[in-house]
This record gives sequence, C-alpha cells and structure tokens, in this order.
Amino acid sequence: MRLSCPICGERDRREFYYQGAALARPEGEAWDAAWDDYLHNRENPAGVTRDLWQHEQGCGAWLVVTRNTITHEVLGVALAAEAGA
Amino acid sequence: MAELRAETPCAGLVPVRVAGLSLSEVAPGRMTSVAPYRGQERALSAALKSAHGMAWPAPGRMTGREGARAIWFGQRMALLVGPDPDPALAAHAALTDQSDGWAVLRLEGAGAREVLARLTPLDLRERVFEQGHTARSELAHMAASVTRMGGDAWQVMVFRSMTATLVHEVETAMRRVAARGIFP
Repeated sequence: MRLSCPICGERDRREFYYQGAALARPEGEAWDAAWDDYLHNRENPAGVTRDLWQHEQGCGAWLVVTRNTITHEVLGVALAAEAGA
Repeated sequence: MAELRAETPCAGLVPVRVAGLSLSEVAPGRMTSVAPYRGQERALSAALKSAHGMAWPAPGRMTGREGARAIWFGQRMALLVGPDPDPALAAHAALTDQSDGWAVLRLEGAGAREVLARLTPLDLRERVFEQGHTARSELAHMAASVTRMGGDAWQVMVFRSMTATLVHEVETAMRRVAARGIFP
C-alpha cells in the first residue's frame, strides 16, 4: 500500500501511522449525543472510509485519507489542517 | 576533576570501506533547525538569502552550497547546516541548535544507491531522486534524513544515539551489495 503525501509525494505505507476515523469535533462543551458519537461510536464501513494518518517517518503532517475498504483503493489524501477532520 | 573529551557521533565506527563503497563521517559544523512562524515564510526566505546566501528549500530539496546548506527537514522545517545562524532569522522562525543531536554520514561509491535501497522504502532511482533532493524516511527502521549530494554520493542522518546501529546496518548492506560483484 502506498499513500501520496501532499508534501512528500508517493510513499510506502511503513512511513505512516494510522490514527482512526476522521471525525468533525462537535461544537460546544455541553454533553450530548454528538459528543457520545465523537468519542465512542464508530462505523465499520464496507466501502469508502475517511481516516486520519500521520506521515510519522516523513514530514510529520497529519493527513485525511479517503479509501475503500473493499477494493483497497486510495481515493484521496489531503492535509488534515486544510481538509478539516 | 574529570576531564571531558568531546567525541564525534561516529568516533571509532567509521570509516568503513567495502570494495568500491565507503562510509565516512561528515563534520557538518553547526546545525540548526529552522521552523518559520505562521505567515513568516516569505520574510524568512529573504532573511536566509541575505544572511547565508540560500533560499528556503522547497519540500524534498536542498539549497545552498558546500559549507552552508539548508536541507528540508519536515513539514515547515529546514536544517541549516554549516554556519552559525544569523540572529536576524530569529524574528521569523524558531531556531534550535541540533549540532550534537545527529550523526551525519556520507555513503559513496558505485552501488551506493543499491545499499540504501536495501534499507529504506524510498524511490531512489536516478530520475526520481536527483542530486540536491532530500527526504525524511525510515532507514533500517530508524527515522532518517537522506540527501543525494552527487551522482553516487549520499548523506544519511540519524539521531546520534542510533549511530552504531546505523553503521552496522549500512555496513551489512554494503557487504551484501559488494558480494553480488556487479559493481566494479
């Protein structure tokens, strides 16, 4: 598996660290179902998923990777700072 | 009182010579990581140019010349190698001395690319990784900086504490490449 880092170009999977689902942080600090979902509830999709990865052994950037868990296609890689999590 | 004696990171470990390949230590002088403050990239590049004669390196590139270089070192970071950093740079970037933190080695000779290819997943082919290109990647599972200094000359950096492991791994790879007998 190879990922195209927007900064470094195409690199081997060994350079990257997998964090988990890329989720938007809920607004506000009051506890509600949105925070519950953000912290605890995860989809396990057969198909397209958005994950956070870090280019740990490369430039260090956090990335949002869109990929397909059935076909293993990597559909897109963007800087998390620009894509929003 | 104890007399402390300064030692370079690779003291006693190099040079290593195998067939036409050599691994030696580079004395880089002062090394400073330069990390621009938000929105200061352009001003920093100008300051770097007037103080040290080199532009801010684009990702994966090295600027400057022998004795004063800027090596791209990660997202929004470069390593200034050689000169003491001009105080004017501090207005635009966070400067941190790294001089004693990294081992700097030079691998050269026919087959040097094949040696590194055994240790890192980087694409090192001639037309992809050209002279003056640099990358942060893993080398024998260590976080490294790899720079192509010339045709068959490469600079490899790892944290100082990993020097002995690096030399061991590179020397092993050098022997294995040499054993194939395909490089004169």
